Amino acid sequence: MPLASLYNYWIVIGLMMIGLYMVIAQGNLIKKIIGLNIFQTSVFIFYISVGKVEGGSAPILDGGEHLYSNPLPHVLILTAIVVGIATTSLALALAIRIKRSYGSVEERDIRAQECPRPGEGGPEC
Amino acid sequence: MLTHLPILQVILPLMAAPSCLVLRRAGLVWLFAFAASLSALAVSALLLQQVLANGPISYALGGWQAPWGIEYRIDLLNAWVLLIVSGLSSAVLAAAHTSIASELDGGRQTLFYTLYLLCFAGLLGIVATGDVFNVFVFLEISSLSTYALIALGRDRRALWAAFQYLIMGTIGATFILIGIGFLYMMTGTLNMEDLAARLPTLGNSAAVLAAFAFIFVGICLKLALFPLHQWLPNAYSYAPSIVTAFLAATATKVALYLLLRFTVTVFGVEFSLARLPLESLLIGLGLVGVFVASTVAIYQVDIKRMFAYSSVAQVGYMVVGVGIGTAAALQATLLHLFNHALMKGGLFLALAGLVYRTGACRIEHFRGLGTAMPWTMAAIVVGGISLIGMPLTVGFVSKWYLIAAALDRDLWWLAVLVVLGSLLAVAYIWRLVEAGYFREATGSAVAARGEAPVGLLLPTWLLIGANLYFGIDTRLPVAVTAAASQFLLGGGP
Repeated sequence: MPLASLYNYWIVIGLMMIGLYMVIAQGNLIKKIIGLNIFQTSVFIFYISVGKVEGGSAPILDGGEHLYSNPLPHVLILTAIVVGIATTSLALALAIRIKRSYGSVEERDIRAQECPRPGEGGPEC
Repeated sequence: MLTHLPILQVILPLMAAPSCLVLRRAGLVWLFAFAASLSALAVSALLLQQVLANGPISYALGGWQAPWGIEYRIDLLNAWVLLIVSGLSSAVLAAAHTSIASELDGGRQTLFYTLYLLCFAGLLGIVATGDVFNVFVFLEISSLSTYALIALGRDRRALWAAFQYLIMGTIGATFILIGIGFLYMMTGTLNMEDLAARLPTLGNSAAVLAAFAFIFVGICLKLALFPLHQWLPNAYSYAPSIVTAFLAATATKVALYLLLRFTVTVFGVEFSLARLPLESLLIGLGLVGVFVASTVAIYQVDIKRMFAYSSVAQVGYMVVGVGIGTAAALQATLLHLFNHALMKGGLFLALAGLVYRTGACRIEHFRGLGTAMPWTMAAIVVGGISLIGMPLTVGFVSKWYLIAAALDRDLWWLAVLVVLGSLLAVAYIWRLVEAGYFREATGSAVAARGEAPVGLLLPTWLLIGANLYFGIDTRLPVAVTAAASQFLLGGGP
C-alpha cells in the first residue's frame, strides 16, 4: 500500500502529536484546553478514516445495492464528540473559577502561589 | 424483573441522579440518593447470587443480540466488583449527610448528590458492560462527574487539582478510545467476548500491539499506577472528605477491574502476559510504586495526603498480583481489591469525622486525639493495622495470599519485598499512633473538640468492623475470588 494513500492517518498522527505537545508544554490553561481539543479531534478523524470504504457512499436504502461506508465508527465518534464538548466546557468552567481565585490562568503563577516557600508540603512542592 | 437485573444495576442510579435536582431539599435528596444506592446494592447482591448459582448472565440491551447490540455480561469477576462498588458507595453515602452539610453550603449539596450518583452510575456501567465502546462512555461519565466532585472542595487548590486530573484523565480516556479504534479496525467488533475469540487469529499484528499499548497506558493513568499517579494525591487531598472516601474505595478498584478485564479476558493471558514483557513490567512498577509511595507517605504532614500516597502503594500490591499471573495471584489481587476498599473507605470516613470537628486533618490535629475523639482514633488505628496487614484483619488475608502466590512460583525475593513494603506502612501509621496517644494536645488545633457525630461514626465503624469481620471469617470473599480467578483463567468471559 503506497504511503500517500494513507495520508489521512499521517494527518491524524501529526495532529495527535501537536495536541499532546501543547498540553504538556503550554503553561496557559486555555492553551492546554485547546491542545487537548486538537488531540481529541485527531482521534475523531482516525475513527472516521477507519469507517471509510473506498468508493463507498452513505448507507441509505434506496432499493438497489451499492457499496457504502461503514457507519458504525461514525456513530461511535458522534458520542465521543459529545464527550469532548462536555470535557471542554467543564475544563473552561474550571479555568474561569481558577482565574477568579488565583487571578491568573498561567500555570507558573498558580504554582508560585501554591508554594511560596519550598518544603511547605503543598501540592507541587 | 429478575432477567433485567443487569441493566437495572446501572439505570437505577443513572435515573436517580437527575431526579435529585427536582427534590432540592438537602435532607430529602440525601435520603433519596441513599435509597438509590441501597437498591443498587440489593441488585448487585441478587446478581452475585444468581451468577454463583447459574453461571454468567448475558443481557442484550433493547433486545439487540450480542455482536450487534450492546451486551451486558455479568460473570463472577464483575458481579464481585459490582457488589464492592455498590456496598462501599452505600456505606459512604450513609455518612455523607453529616459531613457534606458541614463542608458544602446549601445549594451545592443537591448538586453534590446528583454528581455522586452520576459517578456511581458510571462506575457500575464500566463494570457491568460487555462492550468496549460502552466502557469508554461510562468511563467518561464517571470521570467528568469526578472532576466536578473534586472541584467542590472548599480549598481553592481543589480547583487546580480538578483541572490537573481533568487533563490527565482525558488523555487517559482518549488513549483508551484510540486503542478501541484499533481493535475495531482489526476485528470489526466491539463485543468483549467476540474480541477475545477473534484477536488470537490475528497473530503478531502491529495494530493489535498498538491497541494494547494505548489501552494499557490509558487504564494505568486511571488506576494511578506509579509513575502515572501524579494526579491522585492532589485530588484526594482537596476534594470534600466524603468524595475522597468514595473515590478511594471505588474508583481505583474499577480501574483495576478494567486492567484485569482487558489483559486477561479481551487480549488473553497468552498474549498479554506470555508474549509481552508485561509480567516484569507490572511486578516492577508495582513494587517501585509500593516503596516510593510508602516512603513519600511517611513524610506527609496532611494525613489525607498521606493516605492518598498509601493508596498508590496499595495499587502497587494489586498490580503485582496481576503481574504474577497465576490463579492464586489473581485471587490475591481480587481479595486485596475488596480489602483495600474496606480499609480506605473506613479510614477516609474516620478522617471525615476529624475534619468535621477541626476543619482539617494535619498531623498536629492528631495530638491527643486518643482522649479527645477515642472512637475516631481507634477506627484509624484499626484501619491502619489492617493497612499494614497484621493478623485478624483483612489486610493480612490478602498479603498472605499474595506472598503464598509469589512463593508458589519460587519468587521468594518478591515475597520478601512485599513484607518489607508492609514495614513502611508501619512507619507512617505509627506516626499517627504516637501523635494520638503519646502527645499532649497543644495550640488551637484541638480547641473545643468532641467525638465525631453518630452519623459519621456508625458508617466508619461499619467499614472498620468489616475489616475485622472479614479478617476472621474469610469464607465469602475467599470462595468468590477463588472461583472468579479460576473462571478468568479458564476461558472467555
